[in-house]
Amino acid sequence: MPVARFDGVAFSYPLTEPRRDRPFTLSDVSFELTKGEVFGVLGPNSAGKTTLIRLLSRVVAPTRGTIEIEGVSLAAMTRAELARRVAVVPQDMPQGLPFTVRELVLMGRYPHAPRRFFETSDDLAVAREAMAATGVLDLADARVGILSGGERQRVALARALAQEPRLLVLDEPTAHLDLRYQVECVALLRRVNRERGTTIVLVSHDLNLAGALCDRLLLLAAGRMARLGPPEAVLEETLLTTVYGCPVAVERNALTGRPVVQIAWRR
Amino acid sequence: MTRRLVGALATLAAILLAVAVVAVFLGSARLSPLTVLRTLGGGAGADSTENIVILGLRLPRIAAAVLAGGALAVAGVGFQALTRNPLAEPSVLGVSAGASFGVVVGQLVGSSGALFDTVRVAAFGFGGALVAGAAVYLIASVHGTFPIQTLLLAGVIVGIFFGAAVTVLISLVDIDRLGGVVHWLLGNIAPLPARSLLVFAALAAAGFAAIVSQARELNVLALGEEAARQLGIDAERVKVQVFVAAALLTASVVAFAGPIGFVGLIVPHMLRLLLGPDNRLLVPTAMVGGGAFLLVADTIARNAVAPAELSVGIITSFFGAPFFVYLLRTRRGVL
Repeated sequence: MPVARFDGVAFSYPLTEPRRDRPFTLSDVSFELTKGEVFGVLGPNSAGKTTLIRLLSRVVAPTRGTIEIEGVSLAAMTRAELARRVAVVPQDMPQGLPFTVRELVLMGRYPHAPRRFFETSDDLAVAREAMAATGVLDLADARVGILSGGERQRVALARALAQEPRLLVLDEPTAHLDLRYQVECVALLRRVNRERGTTIVLVSHDLNLAGALCDRLLLLAAGRMARLGPPEAVLEETLLTTVYGCPVAVERNALTGRPVVQIAWRR
Repeated sequence: MTRRLVGALATLAAILLAVAVVAVFLGSARLSPLTVLRTLGGGAGADSTENIVILGLRLPRIAAAVLAGGALAVAGVGFQALTRNPLAEPSVLGVSAGASFGVVVGQLVGSSGALFDTVRVAAFGFGGALVAGAAVYLIASVHGTFPIQTLLLAGVIVGIFFGAAVTVLISLVDIDRLGGVVHWLLGNIAPLPARSLLVFAALAAAGFAAIVSQARELNVLALGEEAARQLGIDAERVKVQVFVAAALLTASVVAFAGPIGFVGLIVPHMLRLLLGPDNRLLVPTAMVGGGAFLLVADTIARNAVAPAELSVGIITSFFGAPFFVYLLRTRRGVL
């Protein structure tokens, strides 16, 4: 059974909802996520990448079509049931959060016992393990608000791991990271994927990151699926040139054989 | 965590008890400590001055002050968590002013049995608080967030509007029908009859229960509404429940004691310094700590210029306004 299934999903923001962007539609989106794969979602600005995350975590509901997690329709689940299966690592957290790293990571335990007032020692053990996995255990008592971008990213990931999800969704995980943290982040995601068997959905602007890390890619363009397939099939010169509207050149990484996308600068 | 909460509550309860003991011995009627003890032990005649002063005036007033302080502090924690802003508080947000307007209207629309009077006045205050709170929400909300400047301005504007509306009502009607309204508008703890105290306690308990049951959810809501939903929280329901409960707490205080300012600002902030940002610790301790705080303020109000009396609202504003400025300058936007 696929971990997640989009079937003919379409979505448009209601005109009354105050959005920065213009009302925007996603249409005819159908694909399946296989257990244990790393799946990349790519596309230009306002192609529908963030909307896809919001749909998958039921922040918004599809206008048409259905989304299923492990064979169960999203609409038939409670929010807590969904949050035990799907965890989202947001691009960034609000500024000046007063909570410590431990308190924040423990919030990932909420969907496992929403009625409980305080977390149990079992919850604490899961949180510790998640902090250890992302290397923030020594920051457990630090306030989240004072951390660097890279540390905050790892704390957010630890919180998501504490949810013990089947499906981990990351929104631009490397957007605020310098090169070294990008490398660390990729290594961490690979490890989570391998050791826990967690299916990962990576939403990113970074074509090369996605090309290097993902088993399959979905390229969105103006709310539609432009292509779905392995990196070699999606990161392809004529397709990317059309979708992004600028000339690109695709080469092979000498070490991995994976496609590498470059802008074809005109001299 | 449980141990930490119990420890904090026990400490605050001991402080509250100590303050209450001091308060029962102090007052404009000069009674010796021995007389007070004998009266509390039931040793004074039913119609004696001592009995009336201590059992009929001081004890009910102490109870009213503790209820009002606790309710305001819990309402403050609730509003602060909702707006993710440490300066949000019933009087700053204009919710107290809305409740005042409702209470004055409630006083004017007829009278029947005493208990029904009390409930009706509180209900009108509740309505006023909801309207004022909703107005501030609609004015200040920018894509679901509350920038600090917009929120404060919206609160001030709504407060001024309802303050003016109260003044209009007072000017229009015979002042005798609104006995003591000026004193009440300053925020004034009075010895309440037992029935009123019961209604007050029931309303405060309901508001407290509705907020404390959402304390864990309010923590997660600090991550933003979208993140809270992704963690399994029905953000809309939590927000509505806490907002309605905080409005109810505010309205009950306004109905039974008047619009007392800044308690919901000072007490939660002091508790945050001691206990951190966790609402599961803050909400229960605010109930007890707020009670102790307002009881101290009211005891000062009763005794500072004896035999005359200050309104407790003047005391809290006197300390609260500089405190507000301090928070605004040092902790801008940080909960």
